[in-house]
Amino acid sequence: MVKQEQELDNRPDNTAFTQQRLPAWQPMLSAGIVIPGFVLIGLAFIGIGVALFVTSRSIQVLEIDYTGVAQDSPCYRCSDPDTKNCVCTMDFSIDTLFKGPVFFYYGLTNYFQNYRRYGASKDASQLSGDLEYFKNPSSDCSPYQYDNDKPIVPCGSIANSMFNDTFKLYQIVNGARKQVPLDGKGIAWWTDYNVKYRNPSVTPLRNAFNGTVKPVFWSRPAYELDPTDPANNGFINQDFLVWMRRAALPNFRKLYRRITEGDYAEGLPAGNYSLEIAYNYPVLSFDGEKKVVFSNVSWMGGKNEFLGIAYLVIGSLCIVMSIVMLIVYAKFKFPEED
Amino acid sequence: MERRSSEDTGTVKAPESRRQRKKRSKENKTRTVHANLLYDAANKGEENPNRHYANNKIKTTKYTVLSFLPKNLFEQFHRFANVYFVFIALLNFVPVVNAFQPELALAPVVFILSVTAIKDLWEDYRRHRSDKEINHMDCLVFSRAERRYVEKYWKEVRVGDFIRLRCNEILPADVLLLSSSDPDRLCHIETATLDGETNLKQRQVVRSFFDLDCEFDPLKYNSVIECEKPNNDLNRFRGYIIHRSGRRDALYKENLLLRGCTIRNTEEAVGIVIYAGHETKAMLNNNGPRYKRSKLERQMNVDVFWCVIILLVLCLFAAVGHGLWMFQYGDKRPVFDVLSPEGTDLSPIMSAIYLFLTMIIVFQVLIPISLFVSIEIVKICQVYFIHQDMDLYDEETDSHLQCRALNITEDLGQMQYIFSDKTGTLTENKMVFRRCTVAGVEYSHDANAKRLAMYQEMDSEEEECTSHGSTLPRRDSVTSHQSARVVLRSQSTKSHRRTGSRAEAKRASILSKHTAFSSPMEKDITPDPQLLDKVNDCSSQMDFMRFHSQPMSQLPSDLSDTIDFFIALTICNTVVVSSPDQPRHKVRMRFELKSPVKTIEDFIKRFTPSRLTSGSNSSSSSSLITNRSSNKGCSSLLSSPSAESTLTKLHEERSCGGLENAFSPVPPCYDGKASWNIEEGELRYEAESPDEAALVYAARAYKCSLVGRLPDQVTVELPHLGKLSFELLHTLGFDSTRKRMSVVVRHPLTDQITVYTKGADSVIMDLIKPPNTGNSKGKRQKKIVCRTQNYLNLYAADGLRTLCIAKKILSQEEYACWLQRHLEAETAIQGREELLFESALRLETNLQLLGATGIEDRLQDGVPETIASLRKAGLQIWVLTGDKQETAVNIAYACKLLDPEEEILTLNADSQEACALLLEESLHYIQAKFLCSSADQTTKAFHSSFAPFDLYPSSSLSSSSSHAAPFLVHRLGLVIDGRTLAYALDKSLEDRFLAVARSCRSVLCCRSTPLQKSMVVKLVRNKLKVMTLAIGDGANDVSMIQVADVGVGISGQEGMQAVMASDFALPRFRYLQKLLLVHGHWCYSRLANMILYFFYKNAMFVALIFWFQFYCGFSGSAMIDQWYLIFFNLMFSAFPQLITGTLDKDVSAETLQQLPQLYVNGQNSEEYKPYMFWMNMIDAFYQSLICFFIPYFAYADSDVDLFTWGTPITTLALFTILLHLGIETKTWTWMNWLSIAFSIALFFTVALCYNASCPTCYSPSNPYWTMQRLLKDPLFYLLCVITPVAALLPRYFYRACQGTLFPSPVQVGRQLDKLPADTRRNILSLSRVKVGSPLSPKPPFLSLSKASPKGCNKNDQRSITGSKTLEATQGHADEEKGRSCLSGPTDSEMHLSDLYTLVPSDIDTLPYTKDAPQPAEELQPPSTKVSECLDKTLEPSDVSLSGWITSTPLPTPADSVQLNLLPDGAPQCVRYTRNSEERLKPDHAVHPAHRTEQEVEQQLHTKL
Repeated sequence: MVKQEQELDNRPDNTAFTQQRLPAWQPMLSAGIVIPGFVLIGLAFIGIGVALFVTSRSIQVLEIDYTGVAQDSPCYRCSDPDTKNCVCTMDFSIDTLFKGPVFFYYGLTNYFQNYRRYGASKDASQLSGDLEYFKNPSSDCSPYQYDNDKPIVPCGSIANSMFNDTFKLYQIVNGARKQVPLDGKGIAWWTDYNVKYRNPSVTPLRNAFNGTVKPVFWSRPAYELDPTDPANNGFINQDFLVWMRRAALPNFRKLYRRITEGDYAEGLPAGNYSLEIAYNYPVLSFDGEKKVVFSNVSWMGGKNEFLGIAYLVIGSLCIVMSIVMLIVYAKFKFPEED
Repeated sequence: MERRSSEDTGTVKAPESRRQRKKRSKENKTRTVHANLLYDAANKGEENPNRHYANNKIKTTKYTVLSFLPKNLFEQFHRFANVYFVFIALLNFVPVVNAFQPELALAPVVFILSVTAIKDLWEDYRRHRSDKEINHMDCLVFSRAERRYVEKYWKEVRVGDFIRLRCNEILPADVLLLSSSDPDRLCHIETATLDGETNLKQRQVVRSFFDLDCEFDPLKYNSVIECEKPNNDLNRFRGYIIHRSGRRDALYKENLLLRGCTIRNTEEAVGIVIYAGHETKAMLNNNGPRYKRSKLERQMNVDVFWCVIILLVLCLFAAVGHGLWMFQYGDKRPVFDVLSPEGTDLSPIMSAIYLFLTMIIVFQVLIPISLFVSIEIVKICQVYFIHQDMDLYDEETDSHLQCRALNITEDLGQMQYIFSDKTGTLTENKMVFRRCTVAGVEYSHDANAKRLAMYQEMDSEEEECTSHGSTLPRRDSVTSHQSARVVLRSQSTKSHRRTGSRAEAKRASILSKHTAFSSPMEKDITPDPQLLDKVNDCSSQMDFMRFHSQPMSQLPSDLSDTIDFFIALTICNTVVVSSPDQPRHKVRMRFELKSPVKTIEDFIKRFTPSRLTSGSNSSSSSSLITNRSSNKGCSSLLSSPSAESTLTKLHEERSCGGLENAFSPVPPCYDGKASWNIEEGELRYEAESPDEAALVYAARAYKCSLVGRLPDQVTVELPHLGKLSFELLHTLGFDSTRKRMSVVVRHPLTDQITVYTKGADSVIMDLIKPPNTGNSKGKRQKKIVCRTQNYLNLYAADGLRTLCIAKKILSQEEYACWLQRHLEAETAIQGREELLFESALRLETNLQLLGATGIEDRLQDGVPETIASLRKAGLQIWVLTGDKQETAVNIAYACKLLDPEEEILTLNADSQEACALLLEESLHYIQAKFLCSSADQTTKAFHSSFAPFDLYPSSSLSSSSSHAAPFLVHRLGLVIDGRTLAYALDKSLEDRFLAVARSCRSVLCCRSTPLQKSMVVKLVRNKLKVMTLAIGDGANDVSMIQVADVGVGISGQEGMQAVMASDFALPRFRYLQKLLLVHGHWCYSRLANMILYFFYKNAMFVALIFWFQFYCGFSGSAMIDQWYLIFFNLMFSAFPQLITGTLDKDVSAETLQQLPQLYVNGQNSEEYKPYMFWMNMIDAFYQSLICFFIPYFAYADSDVDLFTWGTPITTLALFTILLHLGIETKTWTWMNWLSIAFSIALFFTVALCYNASCPTCYSPSNPYWTMQRLLKDPLFYLLCVITPVAALLPRYFYRACQGTLFPSPVQVGRQLDKLPADTRRNILSLSRVKVGSPLSPKPPFLSLSKASPKGCNKNDQRSITGSKTLEATQGHADEEKGRSCLSGPTDSEMHLSDLYTLVPSDIDTLPYTKDAPQPAEELQPPSTKVSECLDKTLEPSDVSLSGWITSTPLPTPADSVQLNLLPDGAPQCVRYTRNSEERLKPDHAVHPAHRTEQEVEQQLHTKL
């Protein structure tokens, strides 16, 4: 036998692979498998959906629009682009305890941070503290690259358009305003704060910025963003970091502060509150709205009922389909099986 | 020195020759070759006239190191897609429109280009290596400096060099043979590398050098050769050699040794190089693989075009959207807006235009860049698997299927028409002598028939044998050669021994495969005892007469005919004799050295009466005529033949054989019978065609054996008479126009110049000398002719190939007269072929019929089964053969192409009008029959009234559509002969012909020329828009093979020309079944599914970004990171689809073969219909909507950032796409699992690494740590679960419904696969019984796709395949078979079943009595028919006219409708044909057409 094979040079290899006889699993879409499968998937999805829905329902959200388009709005006065350093106050009340930790967001609508050329308009090297790029910012930043031949630091449109409204939250306790302490630490990504964005290792920080100018729209240079905390300045300012992480969609919110301290560690108690807003950021030019959002979070993030509903719908669909198939199947098949 | 000059000359050649060609195209039709030696020494080759010719260095590489990059890129940019992708990549370098990092955008294009480039480079390197190897082979070249042959590399050989070749050496260039060590001045070559023929070919030394008795001395050569320009015709070489004396000698292809051939049986040969290197015929014939575009690919290209349109629409939409978006802001500048670098604002219109370009970049993925590469990879894998298939491997010849065209594998699954050659394709082309007629007496060779039946049995036995895995001991091949044959010999006589015999036979056939056409079956012929007696009788009488010096003419004519018959069989051929054991030592029976008559002087010299009586006289005269050269022995190069040699010859002659003739005296050269027998056993015949070999072997069985063939002499061994040497004066070779061959010999016994002609009966019968009825001899002749014709008809009816043998005796004067003109023809350079042809026609007239032979060409194994199964697969099979009608029809019956139960339409017409009329009648007939059969169905009637004239597009062939039925239901066979076919293929008639032909179930075209074959294929392909496959084995099939969509060559017996032209080469016809039904089906469905999937995948991915545009101001922004975007296709989702595209099997091979009906799937392009592209697109858009909006809503109103949101979308899309593939994958092997796992793992690995690699790079996205964060987010997992499920739910639901409720035939097949093996076998055998019943002309499953409300599910495949089929085909409900699926046939089924049942049953009751001129309805039992056939068809020339109405033997009584026009149209027709014949053979004295009907009757009377 061996000898014979030697003579036949062209004989193909007789292996399962070459002869296309590899053992294989053939999934058969037969009713016996499909219908129970659909039922199982449907039940599982409904289960998950219910859990998600319940979780989502437990999350409290409070939104306050302060754009000031309406004339009766306290901020109407400030919405005029010509007014400078305008401060307005929004009052609101909470009926029940707003369970902590409460997250304090600001929100913008109709704001296209995902606009392609906007997104490209920054200099990552500069933002990582490379002094070389302080002098020569990347051309990506153009036209916010140089201001009167002086390099802009941080350059680019994203940095330039940084949100600069500031908020102070007061609880009205017996007519008196009690400031709610806002925690501005750790609101940005850990990697942004520790890895991606770095200040130049120059002390004091302002020396690094010699020969540069602040972005056009900014009122203060980058090294003075947070006068209260020297460690929160430059490129590792938390608000700056949050802003630099571009929102996915035109209606977005960004984390402003967390309420985790002092009397409010358990959450915001029921009562009246007053929000003092330093109204700086113009949004009327693009029909945008500004709002603040208080929300607490669950394991699955903020309040979003959609996912729960989606699971429920898909789960029910599966069940319905299995029933439809069962009916069709029963009608056409069962009589013949006997 | 020589080396340098040779290198110089090669390069100059090209431009110069081109210029010359332009200027002096006329003069330059020839090439002049001088010997290099004359020029080498003197002035270093500068004046060498050969310097312009290409040298022998070959370079088949396309590139050099320098030119590789530019040239390869240039070639790659011929593909439009590549240009497109490069354009897009370059667009990224324009800042205003760029979407990605420009370098990154180049990556995929560069990747694709470099993959192809590396492939090209590797191929080129392999070519380079083989070139180098070939260029550095050694050969002996004569060097003037050293005055001897020195070893040189092949590449140093130049035109004009003298080369010495030794036995078994390969020829380095095309060499003109000048000298050979062989005493006959012959050189044998094996041309297997050129044309695959393994038999040895003889080549002859140029005549002028013929008589050199000692070694050829190049230094004395001083002639000039003038010959044709290099061309690629292997079988043609013309030119002449001009000697210094001014004498010219013609050169033939017999003088040329071609590059690549091997010298055999010849000790040594010397020649001069004529063509070298790339100008050799072998190299000119070497054209690379062909590029065809498959149907699927054409369809795909349409959809690629649609993709482009979709792309443009999307981009336009986005651009307009962006313009509007910009416009709404007006002058109010939003804070997030970015000004142009100059600080000015862009106008909305400008930004829209820029955006359009940007969007093209972003959406480029829609045009799948990797599609083309992937398809190529998949096809290569498919080709690999086809190559590897054990079932397509023929152990006997150790050959497997070859895919010569790499890119049309999927076309195999879409064939609709098969055009097949008969001989060698359906049959084995192993010709076996079966019966013969000599002088009007039939010898039936019953013992021989029994012997053949034995082989048949052995065949079937062998199958069992191999299935048991026979482990018969093999003897060593060399030593067992003889013994094996001995065993076989005994076997053939002892027919009882059966066990193991087939294995032996097979082994012997393996052993003897080096000898062409000589399987034991062909060699061992059991002689008919009667005939053997007669031969013995005859030869003993002749011996007696010779002994008593009586003139041979006194021999009784039947005896002389008998011996002449066998002599003709033995010598009228080109068979070469060699002895296998001592290859170098050829069998030599030479008694006289004499060359064929080449000059008039020669003729005079040889045939003057004086020569016969006085040798010395003639020799002196001959020396006077020819000898002027100095008498220097060996160096008398130019004299021919030299006086000395003539003298010696004559002396030899005298001393050896006496003066009378070349007849050899027995004792001196003859060592007695015993030794002779051994020698005979060792003789091997190498024939160019198997018929010849068969006849020679047959003659040997009657002790008439060919023992030696030389160019000028044939030696035959006859019983009692011993060896006779026939002086071979001329050989007029076979050609397909004349259909005959002749040899002119001088008979050694009678010394008459005799012409033996062997050829097709139709032509020979026309050339027979009309007997003079006056004398008894004439009457006898006439009787012989009549009887022979009868037997010929019988033979044909038995499916035998018939040949007629005839002879003619020429008088000296006649011969001289003919010779004169023949020599003129031979020496002509222009139009030599035509002149020779005419010369042959002049000679082959007034023949005397000797007899006829019937040779059986056995059907190949499994041909009927294959045809039946291919037909069940919905393939129309047409057989186009050059054979005569009777033979063809009988083979057609034998191979089940024609069914005894079906009607046969025979079209034989002799004029255009008659043909038109016939076609018209046939149409009427078909129509009438159809109307009858479905009179109650008005819709059908409607269709039928139009159908034959209406050429539906290919889609109408779809089996499920009822309106296609009129074409396919008819249980009709169409037989048409070559002449009628020529008329029918005329522009005016072709539509009608097609209408008739396509209504018939099988079509048989007989007597068709190669050109007609290709015209038929072309007609069907172009008019019916169907996929055609042509299969053939011989050179006459080449044109047909080239014309068809897929050409298949049978690589077996008859040379390689068909294989060279083919796309696929099969060792046997029956492999076609697996090739088409299994591999074709798989390749098609795999590739179709893969292409559809590709479109879906890309559209789905791109649509995700498109939806996002609505949320980013149509700014061309993408939430998917550019890396993912660019590598998604190339890396993350590439492998699973390749695996599925290569390995997926929708149905197992066994089921596909057992249920050929599944093939219809591919024929109707059911896997990839145009709407499917759009369905896939819609599905893609739906899925992308899901994949986009579920994350969208899940993250709505959150603080998610762009890429933290986009990355899950990418992941979801990947999961969805992979799961989609999973739904479409039918078989999951470990490779599928692995590839999917690998894809997912690769994505996450790349994503994690990429997201961790560089915090500041990859502007603008910079997804640093995104994936890592996502993996910690439960929401991400929740999305990953729900989105793919939601996205795939509709498709899965659809598939599930389809699979469970309305399974397509293919799905049923798949369900069958799942059943346990024995159950499946039961079901299949059940269904085969029914499906395969001869009554099913049409594939079953007709109604299955109609989704009848009674659709079957997995539990009753039995009823699906079994009873439903039955329902559809037979109509008779097979109640007891446990069918429960159908309580009653649905309406549509009713139609079909009605059709099927009515058609066959109505035939009998529907005599065809329409107003045809002479409708011949044959309803006689076959026995009477046969006898009638004998009587009626006496007149040979009228065979074509009267048709073969009566000569169709049908196994069972059947209806056959003959539509032959006779009475009215006949006279004109006859004249018409006669005229054409006249033109062809002007010398023909008596025309067959002169024989009137009366005469025929007379003949009849005389006979009776």
